[in-house]
Amino acid sequence: MDYILEITPFLLDGFKTSLWVFLITAIFSIPLGIIVCLLRLSRIKIISMITQAYILIMRGTPLLLQIIFVYFGLPIMGIVLNREVSVSIAFILNYAAYFGEIFRGGINSIDIGQFEAAKVLKLSKTTTYLGIILPQVFKIVLPSLGNELITLIKDTSLVYVLGLGDILRAAKTLSNKDATITPLFIAGAIYLIFIWFVTILLKRVEMRLEYYK
Amino acid sequence: MLRIENLNKSFGTKKVLKDVNLEFERGTISMITGESGVGKTTLIRCLCGLETYDSGRILYLDEDSKDNKSIGLVFQNLNLFPHFTVMKNIIYPLIKVKKIDKRQATSKAKDLIDMLSLKGLEDHYEYQLSGGQKQRVAIARALAMEPNYLCFDEPTSALDYKLRDNVGEILQKVASKGRGVIVITHDRDFAKKYGNKIYELKNIDN
Repeated sequence: MDYILEITPFLLDGFKTSLWVFLITAIFSIPLGIIVCLLRLSRIKIISMITQAYILIMRGTPLLLQIIFVYFGLPIMGIVLNREVSVSIAFILNYAAYFGEIFRGGINSIDIGQFEAAKVLKLSKTTTYLGIILPQVFKIVLPSLGNELITLIKDTSLVYVLGLGDILRAAKTLSNKDATITPLFIAGAIYLIFIWFVTILLKRVEMRLEYYK
Repeated sequence: MLRIENLNKSFGTKKVLKDVNLEFERGTISMITGESGVGKTTLIRCLCGLETYDSGRILYLDEDSKDNKSIGLVFQNLNLFPHFTVMKNIIYPLIKVKKIDKRQATSKAKDLIDMLSLKGLEDHYEYQLSGGQKQRVAIARALAMEPNYLCFDEPTSALDYKLRDNVGEILQKVASKGRGVIVITHDRDFAKKYGNKIYELKNIDN
């Protein structure tokens, strides 16, 4: 027990990294995902095709590789970024592609009549999307969005590749040093508690959106 | 007056509307009848700008209207916004399109709610309403925008006889306020009872 109490602060310190990667990705990639979705649905073919290529690359290559590319590959082109910025960019761009496709599925599931009603009432396109379509889409996609957010929490451990000290790296270091797997279990428990917390939060948002059917 | 001149519309190789000529006047109820598939809904969708047409003209000849294309539509399946209350369904377009403030919009909506017997349902959502109530909300939403012409796509298709007459009376009320009412219906009895003019669309040979 003493050992657990002794290592927990060290692990929690590593958890801070996981937390900021999670928060920064969630905050920026969801709105960016909406933009990706709208570009993907654009009637201008070239825009839609470029967006499709972006989605293909982001979903078709490992996130780990993308993090390495941003940090080690971009300097070749003269763009030098620090580790935190590199991680943020790679995570946001990767998750925006997934979120974009989730939103696209949501928009496609909205009855065409909603768009037509908005058109007959002469609502602008922006108002139609912001006021009529996206609020309904958000309710539809929330379970899928939640799934991705939970995957994101676990993906944050990939930052180890740039030497950023996340919770899993801290646990591994302790485990090697003290020749015990206890730190790994504690790290697992911290992940579990955090995901549990996020799940409850998502459920609450879902319940809030239950005000209509 | 709203005039349709030589309107033609095809979907691929299938010709749906062929040289349609019609006139609609404000203050009257015009019924458009015809068998299923003759293009009644397509015609009304062309009028409302939801469908393009191949040739012909739609002329809006009302000089008093700032917005000549002042035409509303009550869809067959109504298309209410399910995430809005009855009140918000009515005031949202007013605030966003007509740019009037919420207080004014609400007061206008209240008049329509009274007129269409929707009192007490202001805070209800679509799923909490009966078929007839939903339809009246859709009518209120369209009327709030003050269109010179209001189209109805099969307004009686899902209603029993009592509610059908109720809709007929609403159409008369709308027309009495100087709006042109254009109704698509396959219900000939309804058309005869409430229509000032009845047009029949016929099947065309391709």
